[in-house]
Amino acid sequence: MWQFFHKLGSPRWFYQISSSLLPWLGVLSAALIITATVWGLAFAPMDFKQGNSFRIIYIHVPSAFLALAGYYTMAIAGAVYLIWRMKMAEIVLRVAAPIGAVMTFLALITGAIWGKPTWGAWWVWDARITSMLVLFFLYMGVVALAGSYQRADLGSKAAAILALVGTVNIPIIYKSVDWWYSLHQPATIKFTSKPSIHPDMLWPLLLMIVGFYLLYAVLIMLHARAEIVQREQRTRWIQELAK
Amino acid sequence: MSEALLSTQNLSCERGYRTLFERLDLHIARGELLQIGGENGSGKSTLLKVLAGLSSDYSGEIFWQGQAIQSVKEQFQADLCYLGHAKGVKQGLTIAENLRWFCSLYPCDDSADAQRKVLEQLQLYRFRDHLCGQLSAGQQQRVALARLLLSKARLWILDEPFTAIDKQGVAEFEEIICQRVSEGTAVILTTHHALQLAIPHRSIVLGAKCP
Amino acid sequence: MSLASACWQMLRRDLTLLARRKMDVLNPLLFGFLVALLFPLGLGPAPASLALVAPGLLWIIALLSCLWATDGVFDEDFHDGSLALILLSPQPAYFLIMARLMAHWLASGFIVALVSPVLALMLYLPSEAMGVLFLSLLLGSASLVCIGAVGAALTVNVRNGGVLLSLIVLPLYVPVIIFGSAAVQAAAQLQDSTAYLAILAAMSLLAIVLVPLAITAALRINVDAA
Repeated sequence: MWQFFHKLGSPRWFYQISSSLLPWLGVLSAALIITATVWGLAFAPMDFKQGNSFRIIYIHVPSAFLALAGYYTMAIAGAVYLIWRMKMAEIVLRVAAPIGAVMTFLALITGAIWGKPTWGAWWVWDARITSMLVLFFLYMGVVALAGSYQRADLGSKAAAILALVGTVNIPIIYKSVDWWYSLHQPATIKFTSKPSIHPDMLWPLLLMIVGFYLLYAVLIMLHARAEIVQREQRTRWIQELAK
Repeated sequence: MSEALLSTQNLSCERGYRTLFERLDLHIARGELLQIGGENGSGKSTLLKVLAGLSSDYSGEIFWQGQAIQSVKEQFQADLCYLGHAKGVKQGLTIAENLRWFCSLYPCDDSADAQRKVLEQLQLYRFRDHLCGQLSAGQQQRVALARLLLSKARLWILDEPFTAIDKQGVAEFEEIICQRVSEGTAVILTTHHALQLAIPHRSIVLGAKCP
Repeated sequence: MSLASACWQMLRRDLTLLARRKMDVLNPLLFGFLVALLFPLGLGPAPASLALVAPGLLWIIALLSCLWATDGVFDEDFHDGSLALILLSPQPAYFLIMARLMAHWLASGFIVALVSPVLALMLYLPSEAMGVLFLSLLLGSASLVCIGAVGAALTVNVRNGGVLLSLIVLPLYVPVIIFGSAAVQAAAQLQDSTAYLAILAAMSLLAIVLVPLAITAALRINVDAA
């Protein structure tokens, strides 16, 4: 059992495993995303209230899920790195931060695009978007902190600590923002209530979510592989690979 | 041979692609003095930080009185007095205040008598209520040495303790070290000065090529 | 050489140092007043509009003041070697750091709370809310100082770490400002703000207990690097 974890931490083993997994994951995620996109954009029925503009949820919701899941991935990798000094954990921590930040940004942009036809404004301070914005800054803090140290391994340790501090805070932040929104918004309109979704709209959404999770895994693997090649460039197995 | 206080096994340290030292097995017992030599950048300060427990960037084992150092951290730290490159002398406090703070953190002989004796020995007694920021570099170094003399630690790890001290001061301090070592303190130090010590001592040189 | 006396000496030492560098304590407060000056200049001096935003504004000013005050709380000790002494002490660093945070809170958050009625007058906060303003700042500034200190510990060896500090710390301040300004807002509308004050107190307690762990870890990393 220990051996399995030990192997998990070895960059070389990860590189080899990801070489075989990547084509499958890539094809599967592409298939799911394309299917779900076509289904959602062309074939799902129009929404009663929002017309066609609701279709942006097919990108907005998955990226929002991943923004949060990505933060926890990053934090868990950070914790593993701090406790067990696993090299792969450090690499995952480092690559997950910018990927997660981009996901969050995507969620914010698509949220704004959704907002314009629905509520008439490009930006509305509702609870979900505000929480997403705070999450974006949490990500950027981790990215900036990791890059500001001269020694990379210490920068990763500091970033791991910050990610863990953020993890403790995220539930508190989300709850506070939720509550803040309910305090300040007029009682008549409820922007954040999710209308019960028709199954014909739900299926493409679920496929899209799974597709996005797989896409996230693909992105992490690709970036991690690049990072591994760069870090281990002097080792023999990389040099053999290059030949 | 008396039992070793601090010993290492297979100690190695890498910085980036450079190996600073590897497979280092050193040991020091009560009443011994070990000098670590080597050129600038050979890893002397890093080794001292690793031994003191300030850096965890190493592989290998360190033992305190035969036990793994992680398991006896508190006892080790109670018996260690570390003097790094940055002397830890607070400029905004007086000598007396600096020493009082230090004695609250570490086991010290902090009676008023002992403090007075040590300060007089280092010619600092007159300045005990002066802010350390107003003292010369040599005097501030001696404040750091005063801490050493007050502490009850059995192991001293000193990184360049003679910086900024004039020749006579160095000779006086060498004498103090010799006296303490003969009373049982173990000392590990690095220095650029050519030491003239009246006691037998060992030295290792980092970065030396193996024959 | 007990833990209690070590903490007391730490507190005493930090307060002595702060007392000898009064400008370091005064500067963040002056900044706070400067910001208080900028808002009427930007929003117009009409009492009605200022009174409307006063609760939130006062909390933002207090928050920024605490943030600036915690920037560099560990810098000097890091650079002159005192931090190594603290970390190598047989006394648990957890409590020593807590004593230091206490000293810094007394010199920053506590003073901001004391001075807040003056700022409140300048921004036309209804007098009914003054008491709650003071109380909310007293209870909430502890978490502000603690969280700020985590950022300071992480950026202690970073050049121009002040901006990075703000980026790291401000998202974490979100819950505190939400409930802090809500408390003052409720009081200004003659409603009960006890619940908000209780939440602020809870957050501060959580911060006080958890933050020294993160700070010690961050400081050890940086001492390792130097």
